[in-house]
Amino acid sequence: MAYSEKVLDHYENPRNVGKMDDDDVNVGTGMVGAPACGDVMRLQIKVDDNGIIEDAKFKTYGCGSAIASSSLLTEWVKGRSLDEATQIKNSDIAEELGLPPVKIHCSVLAEDAIKAAIEDVKQKRKG
Amino acid sequence: MQFPIYLDYSATTPVDPRVAAKMAECLTLEANFGNPASRSHMFGWKAEEAVETARRQVADLINCDPREIVWTSGATEADNLAIKGAAHFYVKKGKHIITSKIEHKAVLDSCRQLEREGFEVTYLDPSAAGIISPEAVAAAIRPDTTLVSLMHVNNEIGVINDIAAIGKVTREHKVIFHVDAAQSTGKLDIDLEEMQVDLMSLTAHKTYGPKGIGALYVRRKPRVRIEPQMHGGGHERGMRSGTLATHQIVGMGEAYRLAKEEMHAENIRLLALRNRLLDGFKDMEEVFVNGDADHRVAGNLNISFNFVEGESLMMALRDLAVSSGSACTSASLEPSYVLRAIGLNDELAHSSLRMTMGRFTTEEEIDYSIVKVREAVGKLRELSPLWDMHKDGIDLSQVKWAAH
Repeated sequence: MAYSEKVLDHYENPRNVGKMDDDDVNVGTGMVGAPACGDVMRLQIKVDDNGIIEDAKFKTYGCGSAIASSSLLTEWVKGRSLDEATQIKNSDIAEELGLPPVKIHCSVLAEDAIKAAIEDVKQKRKG
Repeated sequence: MQFPIYLDYSATTPVDPRVAAKMAECLTLEANFGNPASRSHMFGWKAEEAVETARRQVADLINCDPREIVWTSGATEADNLAIKGAAHFYVKKGKHIITSKIEHKAVLDSCRQLEREGFEVTYLDPSAAGIISPEAVAAAIRPDTTLVSLMHVNNEIGVINDIAAIGKVTREHKVIFHVDAAQSTGKLDIDLEEMQVDLMSLTAHKTYGPKGIGALYVRRKPRVRIEPQMHGGGHERGMRSGTLATHQIVGMGEAYRLAKEEMHAENIRLLALRNRLLDGFKDMEEVFVNGDADHRVAGNLNISFNFVEGESLMMALRDLAVSSGSACTSASLEPSYVLRAIGLNDELAHSSLRMTMGRFTTEEEIDYSIVKVREAVGKLRELSPLWDMHKDGIDLSQVKWAAH
């Protein structure tokens, strides 16, 4: 399969790889996918007192497109409010990375991951 | 070293230069271009002679009579001709066929077609090592069984079936035995005087010959009958019509002649290369060899690097031409059905890499590949949440995943 330049770039130099402390009340974790399906994404965000995402980290098990989708997403969400981050659509990711139809599910997974992370941090802060 | 390094010899092999030279002698006006079926002039006679020489060379490698060789376009056509041809010819005796779950698609899809026509097919489960036992075949045979079709060597995991032992069972029960030998010619000794095989599919391009040519062995004693699938000029004793492709046939003959001469020395060299490759990974954690370690052709290594997905691994290995059982590399988005059938869980099937070595593989290439694979697995494990969880002592099989 031929990959776009952008997918290759994110794959070769993934941004914001890492793990944050899940016990921190300001950290939200979204873990989506399943090993059996060939992709698992863990996306984490850290939110400041104004509800702005100040940091994001990811780790992904999956194909190059899945890695690139999650890497791109961490770049995009930094500096955005939780509401703004919720607006990110999988089609934006797919378009930016030039994903072929067979890889659209990778961008869907990334959208699911950020939504799950946002939900997680909201729940934590309520509690 | 030339890049990328070719480690996909089970997919196809390059044509040996000695084979290419022979083929080139059968194309142009000055050369042997005639139609082997032309009986009225020298051009035809010369072409026919070249075809018959090649037929003998192919027969020599598997120790059979040249008259038992029927040229086809490759192993896929040979499989179709054998399975549909025998099933249809012996339909009055019964409509039950036995094969296995890890056969090549050419065999499985031919069986599926027969199912649509009203035949019944039993798909045997291989052992965890990837082997079909003679006992399993014997247990599946029924009074209405007419055909057993099994591969000699599996294309993904390189595991070898005991064809001689299975042949005893099928002959005892008077059932036709078809063997797909696409992956075993030039790698294993095949002696059809000893092995009670009735039909055998062969191809040239996995044994340093050209693509587009193969053959079906059809036993004469005891005589095996098949219905032709291709109708036309009555070539190949009516079993497969179509003008013979002299240059392709000559290429297959020469490739098989070389295989017979060189395979024993080549196997020793390939086994040393594979051991060297495997040795290069032995201190790594969570690495598993797929399929039997001993009953396996020398040039095949199929290995899973747990917590790393196969497609991304291949992406990191752009200097290496390898293949993977990962879903993402197939059109179907399903992981390898062969690896699933031998009991691998989805994760390990997604994490597999097939590296197959051959005549032109060097030690230097193997050493380079080891370094590259180790780097790539290391990098991707650093990226993998599953690796993190494994390191934290979490049992991944106990995690509730949100399937998608």
